[in-house]
Amino acid sequence: MDNVVNSIRDPQIFGNKSLTDVTEDVCNVMDRKPKKLWWIGIILSLSALLLGIVAVSYQIATGIGVWGLNKTVGWAFDITNFVFWVGIGHAGTLISAILFLFRQKWRTSINRSAEAMTIFAVICAGIFPIIHMGRPWFGFWALPYPNFRGPLWVNFRSPLAWDVFAISTYLIISATFWYIGMIPDFATVRDRAKNKMKKFIFGILSVGWNGSFKVWHRYEALYGILAGLATPLVVSVHTVVSFDFATSAIPGWHTTTFPPYFVAGAVFSGFAMVLSLMIIARKTLGLEEYITINHIENMTKVIIVTGGIVTLSYATEFFIAWYSGNGYEQFVFLNRALGPFSWAYWIMVGCNLITPQFFWFRKIRRNVLLVFILTIFVNIGMWFERFVIIVTSLHRDFLPSAWSTYSPTLVEISTLIGSFGLFFTLFLLFIKFFPMIAIGEVKSVLNYRGRGGK
Amino acid sequence: MEKYLVGEFDNEYDLKDAVSAIRNDGFIIEDAYTPYGVHGLDNAMGLKPSRLAKVCFGFATLGLTVALWLQYLLSAVDWPINIGGRPWNSVPAFMPIAFEVTILFAGLGTVFSFFLWRKFKIAKRNYHPSFIATDNKFFVVIYKGEQRKPMSSAIEIIHQFHGKKVEA
Repeated sequence: MDNVVNSIRDPQIFGNKSLTDVTEDVCNVMDRKPKKLWWIGIILSLSALLLGIVAVSYQIATGIGVWGLNKTVGWAFDITNFVFWVGIGHAGTLISAILFLFRQKWRTSINRSAEAMTIFAVICAGIFPIIHMGRPWFGFWALPYPNFRGPLWVNFRSPLAWDVFAISTYLIISATFWYIGMIPDFATVRDRAKNKMKKFIFGILSVGWNGSFKVWHRYEALYGILAGLATPLVVSVHTVVSFDFATSAIPGWHTTTFPPYFVAGAVFSGFAMVLSLMIIARKTLGLEEYITINHIENMTKVIIVTGGIVTLSYATEFFIAWYSGNGYEQFVFLNRALGPFSWAYWIMVGCNLITPQFFWFRKIRRNVLLVFILTIFVNIGMWFERFVIIVTSLHRDFLPSAWSTYSPTLVEISTLIGSFGLFFTLFLLFIKFFPMIAIGEVKSVLNYRGRGGK
Repeated sequence: MEKYLVGEFDNEYDLKDAVSAIRNDGFIIEDAYTPYGVHGLDNAMGLKPSRLAKVCFGFATLGLTVALWLQYLLSAVDWPINIGGRPWNSVPAFMPIAFEVTILFAGLGTVFSFFLWRKFKIAKRNYHPSFIATDNKFFVVIYKGEQRKPMSSAIEIIHQFHGKKVEA
């Protein structure tokens, strides 16, 4: 084999790995006893999860009166968390599907865990509308099934019914995509497993995969199709979520810019979350040669772009409020920036507008600790964005006599903490028990600089 | 094993070149086994493009039809309810669900067809105990019989591209 090496390009994977090295490095993470840091993480997240379970059980047993909602602010913390978690999920699909279609080879080291993150985030998101129903055991009423109440069907004209379809389709398709992507790696794990139990479990999961190229050939077609389907799906999901607001007649919600604004914000917050998770994972699992500084730098660049779109959306909203000449619309936006919730508004603006600007500097993009801190700020800012949109638009409505305020109760805060607990518990279990880096895909980019680079 | 000749390689380029050369010599390539999807090997092996895209389109059309038809049937025929004075058959409002169901049908249908193609058993089990292509080895499996040249010339090509014959 001729050794043509393109010296301009950095390799995708550092450390001059051979094919076996990749198998060993990734599978060793699953074999080794977890480090102390992992145990600390799982204990913390399980405690948070427990707190959440207690809070949700109390809320279900008592009723949603335990939340701080009132007749003016009918949606607040719960829906904020729902939109926040759905948004987090979007980066996973963007990395796994859209970057795949654009042939961005650097996605190979991070796509598996980003997809896992998507699924866990959508699970967290799905909990909130269900507990918001108050009687979650009747949650299945949201589905159109033949029933003895008429049959009385769901209202297909309602954005909330669209949500049910969008979120469940998103969960099913992402989980399928994730599983299909893991089949070859399950086979790798099966073939090197010494433990009988592990061989058996991964034998079932890998459905007899043995690397036959005739299968690979169909498999790649299937993977491309799923990527092609997931791309419009991910855009549609947050569009539908934004319809929950945009199709209403509430000033501050009723805008046509919401779909692109929400999708960009989702990718923005999702990439921040992927970065935070990847920085922790590469450090604790010793995978710095796979999730390299170049990956981190690439992701920060996506944050600059989507952060820019979010900034533009904030400006557009204000401009349109002024330009519309609609007094209610103008009041809502002035009230956002200067009213009782202005602290939340300025946290949002500070985190989402200023933070990404730091990433213009290469020195900062390549400083792992700084990137980690900045992504946490983006996450905080994007949570507040949803809070600001939802609460400030509602709390001072058309009639001043109905004006009210909102503050979350302990139950609501515990539920939010619980959802983080669920998310991190699932993620930590995933990195322990599954191949967290796509072994097969990373192998295909090892020769990126040589004849493999296209 | 008697029916097949198996060659082993250390990298995708040797495998790809050897497969092309062996096929040009008139041998029948039964299959190749690789740890990852090798780009361009499908052309070297002369595999036809997969028909999954057409299957996907079929399922997508089915999903769209079912979703639109069902929403029409349930909201305009079975029990029409006046909600905000909108028409019984409010097609624009049915579009988001129609879109999601289309994607759902297309995705699950294509995945199902992929598994169905080998009756839920993705690949035949191994030709040889040492034959593990999920780590770092690349294999080509050549069908014996029907070729014009002796098998030794295929073995020669395998050696020429730094490969070796796997002994039964």
